[in-house]
Amino acid sequence: MYASTIRDILTKHARLPHDVNTLTLTDDLYDNGLTSLSTVNIMLAIEDAFDIEFPDTKLNRKTFSSIESLVETVTELLNR
Amino acid sequence: MNTSINAEQEFDMLLAHVQQLGRDLIRPIAIDVDRDARFPKEAFDAFKSCKLLSVYVPKAMGGMGLSITQVCKLCEILGGYCASTAMIFAMHQIQVACIVHHCEGSDFFQNFLRDLVREQYLLASATTELGVGGDLRSSQCAVQVTGDSFMLEKQAPVISYGAQADFILVTCRKNSDAMPSDQLQVLVDRRAAKLDPISTWDTLGFRGTCSSGFHLQSSGHVQQIQPVPFADILARTMHPVSHLVWGSLWLGLAQDAVAIARGTVRAAARKNPATPPISALRLTEVDEQLYNMRANVQMTLNDYQQKLLTNDSEAFEQFSYALGVNNLKLCSSELLVEIVSKTMMIVGIMGYKNDSPISLGRHLRDAYGAALMVNNDRIRNHNSTMQIMVRDGR
Repeated sequence: MYASTIRDILTKHARLPHDVNTLTLTDDLYDNGLTSLSTVNIMLAIEDAFDIEFPDTKLNRKTFSSIESLVETVTELLNR
Repeated sequence: MNTSINAEQEFDMLLAHVQQLGRDLIRPIAIDVDRDARFPKEAFDAFKSCKLLSVYVPKAMGGMGLSITQVCKLCEILGGYCASTAMIFAMHQIQVACIVHHCEGSDFFQNFLRDLVREQYLLASATTELGVGGDLRSSQCAVQVTGDSFMLEKQAPVISYGAQADFILVTCRKNSDAMPSDQLQVLVDRRAAKLDPISTWDTLGFRGTCSSGFHLQSSGHVQQIQPVPFADILARTMHPVSHLVWGSLWLGLAQDAVAIARGTVRAAARKNPATPPISALRLTEVDEQLYNMRANVQMTLNDYQQKLLTNDSEAFEQFSYALGVNNLKLCSSELLVEIVSKTMMIVGIMGYKNDSPISLGRHLRDAYGAALMVNNDRIRNHNSTMQIMVRDGR
């Protein structure tokens, strides 16, 4: 469920050269062209969409490195 | 308990030996190295004979097994004698740390470390690329693997001491279909590589690092490809260790300039004991800045050493951590220029003269390089993006 919202956010903000829907859940987003500037926009959009705040411990490259890790992080923060 | 005292004593002896090398060999040739923009060969011959190129290799593999903190101390001492020599030593240690930290699972690299101890190989690095500029996280060139062997070609605008190194760690894309950020690092044997110069190194400072550009063509065995993504090596090792060893050698450089200034203030005080010299006030100001510079290095170093000891791999990935490491680089490199410039005011015309025994010309020229090597504006730009990615800052 969260994955489709995250895919929508990535489509809008990630500025990847490929269609986000062709990426698997575990594909590395940075290896697929994600930049640090786009990461900022993704973070802000996810915080708004799910009404959450990422703590510093989640503000790392690993969190933003795949759709799967974003889904896991969002799930964890929503269940707090 | 006893072993730790012994290790401490051993390290103190090593420091004393390096100080002696600094006084007797490195400082005397520094003028020559700087004037001719030549590699400090005598210094590195001496380093090799006392196994200083393998200080960071673990004891189990025959190295000295020093900590990053201890390696930084060596960089600081060397920086006080010749910043170019210290920079080459520091850059070599960064490459050694990349292998020690990230290649534990590779028999090839474990054997390479043993060979490095025995042969005292000098390691260089080729990260920047024509067309990409200084962005380490982006490559155009790609490693081409066929069976067990690889081929790699790179247009490198800078390979410090590339012509003198035995091996060069080269960043590249994982394959020719990979995105520019999907990178690996390959250990290239210079004997199996062709290096054609594409640019010269006639700079204001750090002249002895011989950081010319090269068109590099190389080949070798696939085992020479490091077994982890370059992004991990950069986050955990190359980025923090670079700024720590550089910050340490810049500290040594600044300290030497302040020591020269203190010498002249003392001489003035001796000449006129009734009135304290006005330069003493300037000296105390510059000493405050030196204090800040030392504190920056020490704080970041303690933090890094602690993270290594607790194997806190997630912490290295945090944007706030990268931001802090960048802050060290920005602060240190800019304090360095301010400190050395102020010592010039204290020392006066004898510091301004190139042929004076207390010349500060080389110190000042070297100091200006610190903010440019990985340009501070690029780092600030990156930091300004990351500011939004930090919640509490620590």
